[in-house]
Amino acid sequence: MTRRYSALSLIKEGLAGQKGWQPAWRSPEPKKIYDAVVIGGGGHGLATAYYLARSHGVTNVAVLEKGWIGGGNTGRNTTVVRSNYYYPESVAIYGLAHRLYEGLSKELNYNVMLSKRGMVFLCHSTGEMEIGARTVNAMQINGVDAEMFSVDDVRRVAPVLNFAPDARFPVFGGVWQGRAGTARHDAVAWGYARAASALGVDIIQNCEVTDFIVEGGRCRGVQTSRGTIRTDRIGMAVAGHSSVLSAKAGLRLPINSYALQACVSEPIKPILDTVVLSPGTGVYVSQSDKGEIVIGGALDRVPSYGQRGNLPTLEGVISGLLEMFPAFGQLKLMRQWAGIVDVVPDSSPIIGESPLPGLFLNCGWGTGGFKAIPAGGTLLAHLLATGKHHDISRPFDLDRFVTGRLLDEAAGSGIAH
Amino acid sequence: MTATRLSSGGSAIDRSRPVSFSFDGRKLQGFEGDTIASALLASDVAVVGRSFKYHRPRGIWGAGVEEPNALVDISGSVATTPNTRATTEFVLEGMIAKSVNASPNAAADRNAFIDRFSRFIPAAFYYKTFMWPDWHLFEPRIRAVAGLGEVDTGWQSSGPADQINRHCDVLVVGAGPAGLAAAKLAAGAGQSVILVDGQREPGGSLNHRTGEIDGKPDAAWVAETIAELSAAGHIVLPSTTAFGIYDHNLVGLNQRHVDGRPDTLWRVRPRRIVLATGAIERPLPFANNDLPGIMSADAALIYLRRFAVLVGRRIIVATNNDSAYEVAGALAEAGADVTLVDSRKDGAPAAPEGVSRMAGRLVAAARGKVRVEGAVLDDGTVLEADCVAVSGGWTPTIHLFCQARGKLVWSEAQAAFLPGDPVEGMAVVGAAAGAVSLSGVFEGAAKAMPGATTSPAPRSTGVEATGGILAAWPIPGARGRVWIDYQNDVTAKDVELAARENFISVEHLKRYTTLGMATDQGKTSNLAGLALMGAATGRTVPEVGTTTYRPPFTPVPLASFAGARGGELMSPVRRLPLENVHRAQGAVFQEYGGWLRPAHYGGADADRAIQDEARRARQSVALFDGSTLGKIEVMGPKAAEFVDFIYYNTMSTLKPGRCRYGFMLSENGVVFDDGILVRLDEHRFVVSCSSSHVAAVHARLEEWRQDRFGRDAVYIHNATSEMATLTVSGPNAKNLLVALNLGLSLDDTDLPHMAIGEGMFETEPVRVARVSFTGDRSYEVSIRADRAERLWARMHEAGKAFDAVTIGLEALMILRAEKGYIVIGKDTDGTTLPHDLGVDGPRAKRKSEYVGRRSLFTEVAMPDSRQQLVGLAVARGEEPLATGAHGISREGGKLRSQGFVTSSYHSPTLARPVALGLIERGAARHGETIDIQHLGMVRRATITGPCAFDPSGERLNA
Amino acid sequence: MQLFHCPFCGARDETEFHFGGEAGNLRPDGADAPADRWANYLYMRDNPKGAVREVWVHMNCGEFFVMERDSVSHQVLSSTSLDGAGHAQ
Repeated sequence: MTRRYSALSLIKEGLAGQKGWQPAWRSPEPKKIYDAVVIGGGGHGLATAYYLARSHGVTNVAVLEKGWIGGGNTGRNTTVVRSNYYYPESVAIYGLAHRLYEGLSKELNYNVMLSKRGMVFLCHSTGEMEIGARTVNAMQINGVDAEMFSVDDVRRVAPVLNFAPDARFPVFGGVWQGRAGTARHDAVAWGYARAASALGVDIIQNCEVTDFIVEGGRCRGVQTSRGTIRTDRIGMAVAGHSSVLSAKAGLRLPINSYALQACVSEPIKPILDTVVLSPGTGVYVSQSDKGEIVIGGALDRVPSYGQRGNLPTLEGVISGLLEMFPAFGQLKLMRQWAGIVDVVPDSSPIIGESPLPGLFLNCGWGTGGFKAIPAGGTLLAHLLATGKHHDISRPFDLDRFVTGRLLDEAAGSGIAH
Repeated sequence: MTATRLSSGGSAIDRSRPVSFSFDGRKLQGFEGDTIASALLASDVAVVGRSFKYHRPRGIWGAGVEEPNALVDISGSVATTPNTRATTEFVLEGMIAKSVNASPNAAADRNAFIDRFSRFIPAAFYYKTFMWPDWHLFEPRIRAVAGLGEVDTGWQSSGPADQINRHCDVLVVGAGPAGLAAAKLAAGAGQSVILVDGQREPGGSLNHRTGEIDGKPDAAWVAETIAELSAAGHIVLPSTTAFGIYDHNLVGLNQRHVDGRPDTLWRVRPRRIVLATGAIERPLPFANNDLPGIMSADAALIYLRRFAVLVGRRIIVATNNDSAYEVAGALAEAGADVTLVDSRKDGAPAAPEGVSRMAGRLVAAARGKVRVEGAVLDDGTVLEADCVAVSGGWTPTIHLFCQARGKLVWSEAQAAFLPGDPVEGMAVVGAAAGAVSLSGVFEGAAKAMPGATTSPAPRSTGVEATGGILAAWPIPGARGRVWIDYQNDVTAKDVELAARENFISVEHLKRYTTLGMATDQGKTSNLAGLALMGAATGRTVPEVGTTTYRPPFTPVPLASFAGARGGELMSPVRRLPLENVHRAQGAVFQEYGGWLRPAHYGGADADRAIQDEARRARQSVALFDGSTLGKIEVMGPKAAEFVDFIYYNTMSTLKPGRCRYGFMLSENGVVFDDGILVRLDEHRFVVSCSSSHVAAVHARLEEWRQDRFGRDAVYIHNATSEMATLTVSGPNAKNLLVALNLGLSLDDTDLPHMAIGEGMFETEPVRVARVSFTGDRSYEVSIRADRAERLWARMHEAGKAFDAVTIGLEALMILRAEKGYIVIGKDTDGTTLPHDLGVDGPRAKRKSEYVGRRSLFTEVAMPDSRQQLVGLAVARGEEPLATGAHGISREGGKLRSQGFVTSSYHSPTLARPVALGLIERGAARHGETIDIQHLGMVRRATITGPCAFDPSGERLNA
Repeated sequence: MQLFHCPFCGARDETEFHFGGEAGNLRPDGADAPADRWANYLYMRDNPKGAVREVWVHMNCGEFFVMERDSVSHQVLSSTSLDGAGHAQ
């Protein structure tokens, strides 16, 4: 039923009054039994269902979404895709995601607008340049396309930055990844949904999981607002609400929930063609293809499940932004919002079977889940299909909190990711 | 010629003060009080902008914040600001206005051709194409045509925006009839009131609609009410928009100024909020309803009565509700030829005088190319017109109510969402609550302000407005291009396409079609969009629901949020008591861990200066300002037990007057800080922690004190900034100190290494600690910060005899690295455990509990393959290794990091580079060579012990 | 800007406070504490949606205290000094 998207299809439909387009995904009634169920219709959940169907041939799969697909952090982030990490384990997982992103539009036949416009982590002192060098060297050893940028290199990619030597946070240089960039966040969710649906996956929206069915010490299904669904393999990808859902399964996770705010300016003509992160000011910024300046920043101070913005954090982020980009002082804020993120002590994800057999976790991505969607989907699909870890997901098992084998990028690289 | 300025009237303009400005290069005239929009209309400028996607010509739609079309970049005599609404920006002499998204100008835009391809580029077309061969080939061109206004890259702030915090009893948002009534009642009840309104003049609809209140003309009543409020000391803020409601009832206000000052951000925390935010008129859905010359009927009335601009000669007033009748009558009275087209057959009021009415008729399509020339009705009637004033009904402005998580209820009768169950601390009154007549408005205001009040509620004594309406939503399958969202070019067909493709959730509709995501945030378009989505999917409007309302209600300058927090105020640095003295000595300052400290003294060649300082420090004696070192006093009956728990090392065995070096761990076992602990007496210690960790160490001490030991057991006092610490180090350190006459014995038996003594400098007590971070005999002399300058001067005087050198932090870094002394956070990372640094004793032997203990015995803490502190030596004559370079190995053809260089310097004393690093199994590999990679280049180094200088420690006692 | 209530200083802006963790997170002493109990103490959290009971510190005065609040509505229900709360248990 799924029709191929192309310039030709647009021309045909343009002549036919757009009448021939099909639903991007089906919305069937939930069945009573599935081979596997994925809770959470965000990017990770939809990708999991897609890879289950495509890579493992498991197509009798349901994705259960409490609201509307892509409505959580997939649709609330600042859309950055990158793989410039310090530890080999991190490079493996984010590198996998990055490579899959690079082929994603063609694979899904859905333009997710991956824009490899490069990204620079700024260094604001000689000390930060040394740490930058430590990071770049680690990345190069691990096969990441990282480069050390001089101040002139930074000026070339982001001339609108404040290069005054007496600035509060002067630019000394930066860590560059040329393959990094942005993607259209909603399109990632919709593209996976459309492709998964075409392979037979049922996407069930407005379906909230209210409880787990546990029999014989195993998870055997879920109770939902749309009835009981039985299955022996359940994957959970509900960033921001991981603790809430696992509590229903009697589990505790090493997670605190925080709001992460973002905002956009009114759209302006192109002025910033790369992604800039300034650790000194805590600002993360890029310009969308629509022209909006997309601004991210630090977590809120107060643990929260309230998906809304506030003033203190916004004020801090924007004062940092204007310190780095004085010319943006003529812009206006257009929209402010927040997503709830899973904050884990080592800021690395948790992937693996939970202490309740049959229930598999994909959570704890903190502020960086979007860039990892294809990997999160691949790895959770592997777990659901085989019951075993993929080599890449093994280090990210929940057991690392007992062994102490944490993967703290900030601890290693000195740069908080 | 169509729109004109009438020769008289216009309550908002001052005809005695003409203003000249330019629009798209054209010199134009307006009057003081004109908005850019009213001045453009007065000059009959029809096309004022181009739409975002198709570059369609667009004219002025509204007269306020809802304006979707008329966006301009302004500059010239005013601060350059992109994307300004022409309907809310006042013309000023010398202002330059330029239409956005149009090149060279709005009237002749070279991208207008895009509209001819519109059928091939419907909503969300970009998800379906540009995949082959690669999005990168297309993106730059798409980026270039996207965006609206242009940023002036050379723009500089004219100064920080003011930020004001206020408390009040009642914040009233909106100074129309409802808000004024509520403010008056609240003030009468003795409450403090802040009344804000987005317009320059309060009054809201009373400024252009007819009414009589308490027997007075409405304008008089407005003036009187405002005067009363101001006289009683309440705050009335015109040109001020409440843009957001945040936690705990904090309201953000954006105040604009006419004198060119940056906008002011107000943070108001009222006990109670009254929303009197009015309602916004909707367009009617008919084909080509975006042509310039088609505008809101209410706006047409505003332009007539406020600005004396008659928007056309032959005007069609198209409506589905009663509110346009006053408009039609007024336009006719002003001399226009007015035809009223009302979609209702029955139930409408009588046609106003001089207006011909066609009842039960709809406009099917507007005619015209660049601007409207007429309309075709549903029965095929063709009407000529140079303006179509439309009213599709009213959408209550409930954004702030929804931001405060209020829930809406759908009113079929009023064809609108109205506020549902009240939100605590908030009332919604007036048109925002669905009130239509002034009587209804005042009744609602009185209900919202219960309690004793000395002012009676105002009464409407004139003709009352009526609210009859027959909903007119876009219909699926309608012919032609019916525009829903003007700015983002979303048509009815786009909404239908979204429905067809299963983007039927209201949030999917918004994101897929971009409906409501433009700078106007869909103020005129959202409701029509979701009504059409409902019709296309067999759902009612409330079943479709609304998207989440997010701040800000109107765009707010980024500079308002930043306020004065620029430069050093954004993140203040800490400063030394002797900063000015160091400056006079030629110090070059740098920031280290939040402190501004001398990096080195003098010399254009920094490296040479640093090398020189480090070399001379070893030769005779060096003076160093170590005031930033933490000095936290721990005292009380359980002080000894407390420091035992806090430190990795056992500290309770320390004798009074003695010092011990130790680590503090985090609960995860990682070395958090290192430093000297001094025991002053049985129950009193001084924790000397790293400069950058003082606040964090203090917080940890307090936490353990309060949560584990109890307030009475230990007391903690952070004395860091009270005391300056001046360090004398080197072979002649003792001699220099002797010359200072500090009144204490410096004899090695009285003051051995790792001991303290108390003395006097002149009349001031000093504490002398014989500890060393250089490897040479050193004395740290601590004195009251405000007496330090004199001591520093004396040290330099006495130092002359010994060729003393003043050293900055960079030289100190070389000295300590020569000795293998570490800096936490530089020579360690967030995984380093104490035994990685060669300090395994406490872990192996200590029996008592301490912070982080259990974490030293986890699986990951055990193996000997961990990264350990080492020295890294390269051949004499070679360049120092790069800090941040990695030790590498090749395994199976793949590179692997074995650790990294943490500190690396050229040692002038050893005449060769010295380096420290964390290397896997490093402690057991002394003598091995290792490949060190930096930015692709590989060198070799030999792994050694960390200490490269005076390993036996003789100089500490020399 | 939320308003929190320091038991010593009264209502103050949220920016003056620092989150100290969930109340009642008891520390198992000893080098031989079971690994999972230590991990529980160090890392595992209830992180409830709705009513929460947490330790906070008012950075200006250094007071640690227990605050009860709602993690969704952000309504603050109570503040008690650590002593009053029985050492945060």
